[in-house]
Amino acid sequence: MKRSPRGRFANREVALVDLLDRLLAGGLVLTGDLTLAIADVDLVHISLRALITSIKADM
Amino acid sequence: MRRPAGRASYTYAVARGFDPAQIAGLRGVDDTKVYLVPYADIVAAVSSVPLAEFDEAALRVKLERLEWLEAVARAHHAVVDAVAACSVTLPFRLATVYHGDERVTEVLRQAYRRFRGALDRLAGRVELGVKVSTDPEAMISAAPARTSGGVPSPASPSPGKDYLRRRREQHRQRDDAWRQAAAVAERVETTLAELAVDTRHHRPQDPRLSGARGENVLNAAYLVDAERAEELATAAKGLDRQAPGARVEVTGPWAPYSFALPDEALPQGGDGRVGPA
Repeated sequence: MKRSPRGRFANREVALVDLLDRLLAGGLVLTGDLTLAIADVDLVHISLRALITSIKADM
Repeated sequence: MRRPAGRASYTYAVARGFDPAQIAGLRGVDDTKVYLVPYADIVAAVSSVPLAEFDEAALRVKLERLEWLEAVARAHHAVVDAVAACSVTLPFRLATVYHGDERVTEVLRQAYRRFRGALDRLAGRVELGVKVSTDPEAMISAAPARTSGGVPSPASPSPGKDYLRRRREQHRQRDDAWRQAAAVAERVETTLAELAVDTRHHRPQDPRLSGARGENVLNAAYLVDAERAEELATAAKGLDRQAPGARVEVTGPWAPYSFALPDEALPQGGDGRVGPA
């Protein structure tokens, strides 16, 4: 399942919080057929709430 | 429009065309096989996912589940990384899903000029993340005051005064760390702006999410020519520990997620506009 890393983008383990900055607030936003309503800020909000809730649950 | 039992095309990124053999065996979200949908000289990296798992209602529920969010985010990222290792890549935001490959082809056709323009701008460049935060170590000495805060110690001749003094000290240290981190952030911005092609600011990270890494003052992304990436990272790291209360952290190189959008806001719903040829 895991592929071997290639080139300078070798898939190192990155912090989820850094990844979500990019995947939820960066990346090209196109009007996907299925994701229109949650394409933007909502997604960030939902996910951060999920993260915070889960971290609280761990404590 | 409705295809209840169907599959959907999860789209990871657009790239300049390359040999699909280079990503043979690559798996994406839900452990699905990744393939390329070509149009002219560009391609979209796509995998076929169960529609029911990725429609809007399902996403709304699942995005609240951290394990699901993390699994999809890491799978998405792994595909973007793999594609970026092959060709100049324009990453898409998480969970961009189309009703089948014909729709993906249609999007490539409609937004072709925009994709080409973005790919030209990103060619030979990478993204580096630079974060400036207050140093949690600088505030450790302030922390114990909080635990004994409300309970006067019988050994102290003036517990009230002690408490206030500790609180003042605690605030002073925190303010110092913040001021130092802000000053370092300014230096980071000035120094790196000269090396970078472009800059984006993400919102400061919530300390509840980033763990005990202090308070995040600057959360920036720099687009840099690949051959200058090392220089930029070294310059940023050189500003770490320049002030006792400030820490500088460098992440990446990343595929240019933060620069997939042009500076000016994109016209909403304008994806279909091709303009006069």
